[in-house]
Amino acid sequence: MESVYLALVLAPLVGAIAAGLFGKLIGRTGSHWVTILGVGASFALSLVVFKHIVLDGAEVYNATVYTWMVSEGIRFEVGFLVDSLTALMICVVTFVSLMVHIYTIGYMHEDPGYQRFFSYIALFTFAMLMLVMSNNFLQLFFGWEAVGLVSYLLIGFWYERDTAIFANMKAFLVNRIGDFGFLLGIGLILANFGSLDYHEVFAQAPTMVTESIEILPGSAWSLMTVICILLFIGAMGKSAQVPLHVWLPDSMEGPTPISALIHAATMVTAGIFMVARMSPLFETSETALSVVLVIGALTSFLMGLVGIVQNDIKRVVAYSTLSQLGYMTVALGASAYAAGIFHLMTHAFFKALLFLAAGSVIIGMHHDQDIRNMGGLKKYMPITYWTSLIGTLALIGFPGFSGFFSKDAIIEATHASSIPGSSFAYVLVLAGVFVTALYSFRMFFLVFHGKERMDDHTREHLHESSGVVVWPLILLAIPSLGIGYLTIGDVLFGDYFDGVIHVAANHDVLGHLAGDWHGATAMITHGIMAPPFWLAMGGLATAAYLYLMRPELPGKIKDRLQIFVTILENKYGFDDFNQKYIAGGCRGIGNLLWKVGDEKLIDGLMVNGSARTVGWVSSIVRQVQTGMMYHYAFAMILGLLGLLTWFVIR
Amino acid sequence: MAYVFSPSDLVQVAPEIFILSMACVILIVDLFLDDRRRYVTHLLCQVTLLGAAVLTYMLGFGETTMAFSGAYIHDAFGDVLKIAMYVVTAAVFLYSRDYLKDRNLLKGEYFVLGLFGLLGMMIMVSAANLLVIYLGIELLALSLYALVAFDRDNKTAAEAAMKYFVLGAIASGMLLYGMSMIYGTTGTLSSTEIAARLVDLGSDDLVPIFGLVFIMVGIGFKLGVVPFHMWVPDIYQGAPTSVTLYIGSIPKIAGFALVMRLLVDTLPGLVVDWQAMLIILAVLSMAIGNIVAIAQTNIKRMLAYSTISHMGFLLLGVLSGTTEGYSSAMFYTLVYSMMALGSFGILLLMSRSGFDAEMLDDMKGLNRRSPWFAGMMLIMMFSMAGVPPMAGFYAKLSVLAAVVDIGLVWLAIVAVLFSVIGAFYYLRVIKLMYFDEPVDDSPLGGSADVRFVLSLNGLAVLGLGIFPAGLMGLCLQVLS
Repeated sequence: MESVYLALVLAPLVGAIAAGLFGKLIGRTGSHWVTILGVGASFALSLVVFKHIVLDGAEVYNATVYTWMVSEGIRFEVGFLVDSLTALMICVVTFVSLMVHIYTIGYMHEDPGYQRFFSYIALFTFAMLMLVMSNNFLQLFFGWEAVGLVSYLLIGFWYERDTAIFANMKAFLVNRIGDFGFLLGIGLILANFGSLDYHEVFAQAPTMVTESIEILPGSAWSLMTVICILLFIGAMGKSAQVPLHVWLPDSMEGPTPISALIHAATMVTAGIFMVARMSPLFETSETALSVVLVIGALTSFLMGLVGIVQNDIKRVVAYSTLSQLGYMTVALGASAYAAGIFHLMTHAFFKALLFLAAGSVIIGMHHDQDIRNMGGLKKYMPITYWTSLIGTLALIGFPGFSGFFSKDAIIEATHASSIPGSSFAYVLVLAGVFVTALYSFRMFFLVFHGKERMDDHTREHLHESSGVVVWPLILLAIPSLGIGYLTIGDVLFGDYFDGVIHVAANHDVLGHLAGDWHGATAMITHGIMAPPFWLAMGGLATAAYLYLMRPELPGKIKDRLQIFVTILENKYGFDDFNQKYIAGGCRGIGNLLWKVGDEKLIDGLMVNGSARTVGWVSSIVRQVQTGMMYHYAFAMILGLLGLLTWFVIR
Repeated sequence: MAYVFSPSDLVQVAPEIFILSMACVILIVDLFLDDRRRYVTHLLCQVTLLGAAVLTYMLGFGETTMAFSGAYIHDAFGDVLKIAMYVVTAAVFLYSRDYLKDRNLLKGEYFVLGLFGLLGMMIMVSAANLLVIYLGIELLALSLYALVAFDRDNKTAAEAAMKYFVLGAIASGMLLYGMSMIYGTTGTLSSTEIAARLVDLGSDDLVPIFGLVFIMVGIGFKLGVVPFHMWVPDIYQGAPTSVTLYIGSIPKIAGFALVMRLLVDTLPGLVVDWQAMLIILAVLSMAIGNIVAIAQTNIKRMLAYSTISHMGFLLLGVLSGTTEGYSSAMFYTLVYSMMALGSFGILLLMSRSGFDAEMLDDMKGLNRRSPWFAGMMLIMMFSMAGVPPMAGFYAKLSVLAAVVDIGLVWLAIVAVLFSVIGAFYYLRVIKLMYFDEPVDDSPLGGSADVRFVLSLNGLAVLGLGIFPAGLMGLCLQVLS
């Protein structure tokens, strides 16, 4: 199977290189064909791998493909670990990626950077596959940085726009903070475990529980807690958890297909995936799990609230993504890793669907993204409408839709968890259900129902998008609808993750819930009587009342609750704080160091000073090279005499 | 000691015999060719190299055997170096072909002298006897003298050849004198026996050390390390670029073999002394090489000083005295010969009939004229400067690691400082290629096969940096 794994990873890379370096040569059509074929091949091979590993129950594959170097007994390698978790991830990644590739043909067809775009998204797919298939921390870090790099390139894809450049710089810098923590975590692992290989590290983890480390002299910290929190800081950056979430809404400056691919379905889930992969480490530290839980709960609730006041169609979906990532993180913190991954999978489908549907609306609206200018689009764009409805119902967790199963499992798991902070998290995730339904249907009603608020020119040209745009919507709507019902029994309560995700016996909330599990249909009937369902219905009803029946009301409410709205519109002031104090402070220190440290000391004295010295010495020494043969011979004799004196006479 | 001849010895030296006979054949065949069909000579040379490679490969990589009563050693180390030399020679001949043709120099002499030089180097690689070593050195040196002067009407070339010849004669004399000292103390010329007897003598005896100093002068001259380096810039600049390409690449491999055979195999008893000498030579070379290179305006001359500094770096690996050190030095040598090959190859590619690319200004705006080969030159320059992920980075890293392993941290720091200084002039080339306006806009010429092999050459330097493990493992394997 090794060749299958290699081909699976390399096919998108080949596509990316072909479209990126030879884009002019093979043209626009050639570029999209070569990348789509690459990713398509990857998807087909992913299905083969899924069948091989999951359905046929083959042995877990864990082997080194290439040893880059060995230094002091530490191996730096490229290797693959393919188990049920990997199989699931590669299927999701390649499927969504394939859909987005096809969709892009329609969305970007007028863009001059067509080939570049295809090259980037194929390159991204390669990086993401490297990340999820890795069997060691080095390659994980490579994939981690590579997806970050491509994300940076894609957010700033329209590099003439100042806002895009600002957004990609911001994403890059914020991710640096996360990645720094991540790198420190890997460094600590390397220093204490002496290996970068997952299995070697995981095997040693239980013996490390009692180890402690002094970060500040005199205060001992549990080593595993420090490692896990540092790793989680990395996850906070990639998976956009408070307070490192600020980059994700701005990343909507990029073209919509990548919002769907990278900032909803795949890259942002890298943090979730990583924590689940590291479950043997996280299980050794309850403190770290508690941190994960609280951060996740805060993200899920606070970011959902911000979603209510957004007017840009993509930003609403972006805040909903933040909130849903919070849910996944809560699941991880509650030790319900399987539930987190399960929500990751269902979310990947329905959120990619919502983003692509939003893109379809944007195409229809001639790139106007303000939902206040939309309304009544249902009759112009029926397919987009129906698929959006499926996506929205999945998002709010309407019983039977895929999001229902995964979200309810997370809520139940949080309820059952005994990790410190779980009751706090439970309240927030419950409240989050209401908020989710409110902002989702607010957007849905404003876009598709009610008065047609667009100008006449736009209205005349409104029509359903072309086939390459709507077919991915339809193909994504199918799993959004059914994947939860079909797979929950196996993935959450079956033996799907046995031996892959490690849960300590006293944390095993899913095992506990499994006792009450009577099948997916029973879960639906039970769900209708549970509080989350009624909260969601409450949110839906509120949205319907405010935006369909009494559209004048929201304005009045806004005037009354001005202070709360301002807080939400300012996104709790994270951005202002960062820009003013952190970025400003850094620039201040930077200026100081630049003027004094760099220009005066380093440039003036050391660099230019030593360069002048070297140049001067050089001009002197070259005089020795006279071109006269007897000078040369003389130099040799001098050398000989020097050596003789030194060694023989001493 | 009695020299006994056995016919099986001839099998061991089959590649050498093959090269020798083919060189003679080519010499004759060339007489019957007119200038239009001179490519046949080139083709025959390539066939010869291929044949020698096949012979070496088939006979090689087995047990270490001695032939001709211990005067000739046949081991995997030698086989690897020989095959590397065939490959580099083949590339040298290919790169040179068009350049020589444009200047009406495409004569059989270049190739035949090149093959004889190669034969000398093969003998150096396999020598296990002081006289055989000397024989190889002289065969190489005489071929090189003639090659440098090969463009007879060129005054600078003639001057360079004259200098090279006289200085080379002095160095040879000193080397021979040093060898005679060693012979005088030990009473034998065989490497293995010298090694054994020197250990018995103990370290109090000054005569071997006296001999070692003179041998060191010879080695220093062949490698071109300071203060025996004065010939290098003048010869690199004065010789036709195709000859500079030859001198700058293949003899470095042979020079490394010479160091290994003379110091490591023959004089392990004096390791403390030659280690200290090599430290001095290495530090001086890195200093002078890197610093003076900055002041150069002629790129061939600049590369000459760059060679001097690289040879200093190479000595770091040897002086560590460990297997890891030797293998890292071997890796360094092979990588360096590829880098020299590539960078001079690009100079050849840029030259046309009536125009020699040899000033730094000629590099200006290369990116406009040919982005691909500007990229190749970029790889070469980055690699020479030791920027990851090029092979040069890994070569430097492993050599430094070997030095640090024996506790000479200060030496590693000095080496790194000088390579920082050295980075300046490599980066200047890159700056000229990418950020300056071209002086002339004409696109690069060159036949398809040259362009192809040159591209392979560049990609190999990049590839070896990303995947160094294979070659590194091979070096370690043949040396342990």
